[in-house]
Amino acid sequence: MTLAPTEVPPEPPTPVFDPHVNDFSLVVATANGTGSQTANLTLMRSFFRMGVPVNGKNVFPSNIQGLPTWFHIRVSKDGYLGRKESDLLVAFNPATVDADLRALPAGGAAVVRDDLHPSVARDDITVYAVPVKRILEVSDAKGKVRDYLGNMAYVGALAWLLGVPLEVVEHALSVQFGGRRKLVDPNMLIVRAAHAWAVANLEKRDPFRVVPMDLTRDLLLMTGNEAGALGSVFGGVSVVAWYPITPSTSFVDALRDFLPQLRPPHDGERSYAIVQAEDELAAAGMVIGAGFAGARALTATSGPGISLMAEFTGLAYYAEVPAVIWDVQRVGPSTGMPTRTSQGDLAFTYTLGHGDTAHPVLLPSSIEECFEFGWRAFDLADELQTPVFVLSDLDLGMNTWMGERFAYPEGPLRRGKVLSAEDVEERGFARYADLDGDGIGWRTLPGNPHPRGAYFARGTGHNAAAVYSERSDDWVENMERLARKRETVRLTVPAPVVDRRPGARVGVIAFGTTRYALAEARDRMAARGQQVSSLRLKALPPSDAVRAFIEEHDVTVVLEMNHDAQLFGILAAACPDLAPRLRSIAYLDGVPFTAGFIDDRLQPFLAAEEA
Amino acid sequence: MDRSQAIRATNAIGLTKTEYGGSPSTLCKGCGHNSIANQIQQVAYDLALRPHEVLKLSGIGCSSKSPAYFLGMSHGFNSLHGRMPAVATGALLGNHHLRGIGVSGDGDTGSIGFGQFKHMVRRNVRMVYLVENNGVYGLTKGQFSVTADEGQELKYAGLNDFPAVDLCLEAIGAGCGFVARSFAGNAKQVRELLKAALAHRGTAFIDVISPCVAFNNEDSSRKSYAYGRDHEQAIQEIGWVPQQDEIVIEPTEPGEVRVVPLHDGSRLQLQHLEEDYDPTDRRSAVDRLLRAEASGEFLTGLLYYDPSRRGLAETLGLGARTLAAMPDARLRPPPEALADMLQRF
Repeated sequence: MTLAPTEVPPEPPTPVFDPHVNDFSLVVATANGTGSQTANLTLMRSFFRMGVPVNGKNVFPSNIQGLPTWFHIRVSKDGYLGRKESDLLVAFNPATVDADLRALPAGGAAVVRDDLHPSVARDDITVYAVPVKRILEVSDAKGKVRDYLGNMAYVGALAWLLGVPLEVVEHALSVQFGGRRKLVDPNMLIVRAAHAWAVANLEKRDPFRVVPMDLTRDLLLMTGNEAGALGSVFGGVSVVAWYPITPSTSFVDALRDFLPQLRPPHDGERSYAIVQAEDELAAAGMVIGAGFAGARALTATSGPGISLMAEFTGLAYYAEVPAVIWDVQRVGPSTGMPTRTSQGDLAFTYTLGHGDTAHPVLLPSSIEECFEFGWRAFDLADELQTPVFVLSDLDLGMNTWMGERFAYPEGPLRRGKVLSAEDVEERGFARYADLDGDGIGWRTLPGNPHPRGAYFARGTGHNAAAVYSERSDDWVENMERLARKRETVRLTVPAPVVDRRPGARVGVIAFGTTRYALAEARDRMAARGQQVSSLRLKALPPSDAVRAFIEEHDVTVVLEMNHDAQLFGILAAACPDLAPRLRSIAYLDGVPFTAGFIDDRLQPFLAAEEA
Repeated sequence: MDRSQAIRATNAIGLTKTEYGGSPSTLCKGCGHNSIANQIQQVAYDLALRPHEVLKLSGIGCSSKSPAYFLGMSHGFNSLHGRMPAVATGALLGNHHLRGIGVSGDGDTGSIGFGQFKHMVRRNVRMVYLVENNGVYGLTKGQFSVTADEGQELKYAGLNDFPAVDLCLEAIGAGCGFVARSFAGNAKQVRELLKAALAHRGTAFIDVISPCVAFNNEDSSRKSYAYGRDHEQAIQEIGWVPQQDEIVIEPTEPGEVRVVPLHDGSRLQLQHLEEDYDPTDRRSAVDRLLRAEASGEFLTGLLYYDPSRRGLAETLGLGARTLAAMPDARLRPPPEALADMLQRF
């Protein structure tokens, strides 16, 4: 069975001063498809279990088997979760061992499979050769399973080198395998064998260590896709239509895992339907159809799918149909870098459609926000009667993050303006009439039995009563109402998070997962006396707080992981009078920013202000 | 009954035929699609369908405009070109108690929406999927569609170099359990097929040859009224029999009479004019269509029927309540469920 995290008494907090203790980055280099994910997640969960903040990032190829893959584990007593260049290496991939060893900084350490025989020799790093085949002799597993178990050799060796107790490793393995002893035991056998071998044969010559702290109590370790899917389940998702695409597939996998457990059938009757569509055109169409009928419908995709959904999103904007579309961003198009992270879909998604469209876009940065936006997106879509996008990214969606226990959704499901037959009888019905001045009409759902309750939805011109019209005045009137609706959207979407630093003349606007490296960079800079304020957008369209923030600073730098400075462009257009104060750091190479990168890139703007 | 009495007459639920009508048609005078819209109106009246239980769906094109011209008291969605199947699939999952009536065209279904059409049929979404097939694109002034005959010449489009796609064969290939072809000029057959299609619990596909009077109604065209009238070859006489009525078989030469039970308890009486035709045999249906294609015959009637496949909503385990009307308590698990789940992480 699985041990709950609270069942082992937490270790007392230990003050940590040694810079190599609980503060390093470990990279595990293996070949794709060799089963190292379990070993890596076990290591990460072991550190987490010891109360030390962690983050894992899988940098993997678009491949099923054979190409190199790197799993980065950040261990940070200060709680920094951004990417950091690695100090510690596990070199298990013959194809990359030389390059991996070369990449280590002086003072680093490496655990190398002993049969790799790297041609790189360095005297400024510590190398431990681990005899995987010998360690595996304790196991009678065969074939592929034996190869997979081989990864536990580095888990065992690192447990000894870093000072991780074996019972902690066993607990982590148990969580990984859902408590199934049949899987835990053979893996733990290798971990113990490797640990014993290390005790007998290795001399600890590197400074890196993990000691217990108390900084992860009651926290979760989860991927953003799992958190978003769980949030969607609590948001009442009832129709899911999707087409497989990395990195959003695991979002739907998680839905397929959670829904039967959390919403089991009543008398054989299900409360949801999941359809694997033939493509993203159809996935979007099904979601729009279901939203029109009154279901809570969701699709999850990535950039190439978003391209195909442009057509239906444009229709849904004008037909005013609720829908929730998760875009877990990757680098594209076509083959692109489909397994690398990006913030490159922002501008396209924001105005998706063939013109004069703008959508609410939620920008989660953590598993807590993925969960919250998971349910809130449905309320927003129903209340605003429009497609709502949630722009996650591969880093957040597929990697494992720490987070607080999720807060249960506030209040009942908010269904927005829907008329019953009695309502139609009392008030009459004109689908697109702006009765409340917020640009949002009252809708009826198919099946409403009132004889005047029906309407014919369409994307083409219509008047307030949803009757086909090609009259200019009807078109203009409709567009003016939609402009009022956009303002309602702007005032409704989640507000940004502002962190002002006293005396700061430079501000940074960012969104999504760049927040972690940015926070670390700002702390570093503050330690040197450089104060930088920040504003993290949680949604588009930008609220008044964004304008105020830009006004408060001499210079505002817009930080984003794409090439064309997309958010910069959106903000410059939203506040044209303030555009001269905006600067840009827009960069994309497929891996998340580091604090060092942001620190370096911000320096010219600070220097200009100081001059 | 004189005309004014007919206008005032009501059906079993007290609605007049006019109340099953829609906006005035903006299609060309004499367009086959108008006749089909009238038959849909008539059938809905005859069957006393409750308008709010019907959902009209369409894509884009002349045919796709026509749902505005019937059942004005029913919800409808005029969606995107070739994308009606996806919208229909979603809407009929959101509310699987609705009776979907989709109207598409040969371009909408056979070209831009070919994939969606086949996939929807494969999933067996419960709805009537009607194609108003005229072999040309009307709104864009007469280009050939994929159902135009190879070698056909039109003034604007020139010569059609490519073979025609037979939408009924495609439907059968995709697993459709109700495949029919009719002719807009044969109103009675259209009505009987529609009634049976509404009783079917999967996708019921009807390909209706519906002449385009503007661009493809030359006597030589196989999609013209004249050709249809001269060449239509019904493989059976069709009579739809309501649940409560007794079937009276009056065998006449030359065909055998078959009674096909439909999902809702009604039946279809088929008097086969071709003795050896068995509409429940997939292989012979395909074979007969291929022979018709080779010989240029214009076959109409219920070409293939197989009631055994479950509809999509049933396959996915939907029950008495629709997803749209699912109570909140069934959609949002309690706080304890969240706490329990988080223990796993």
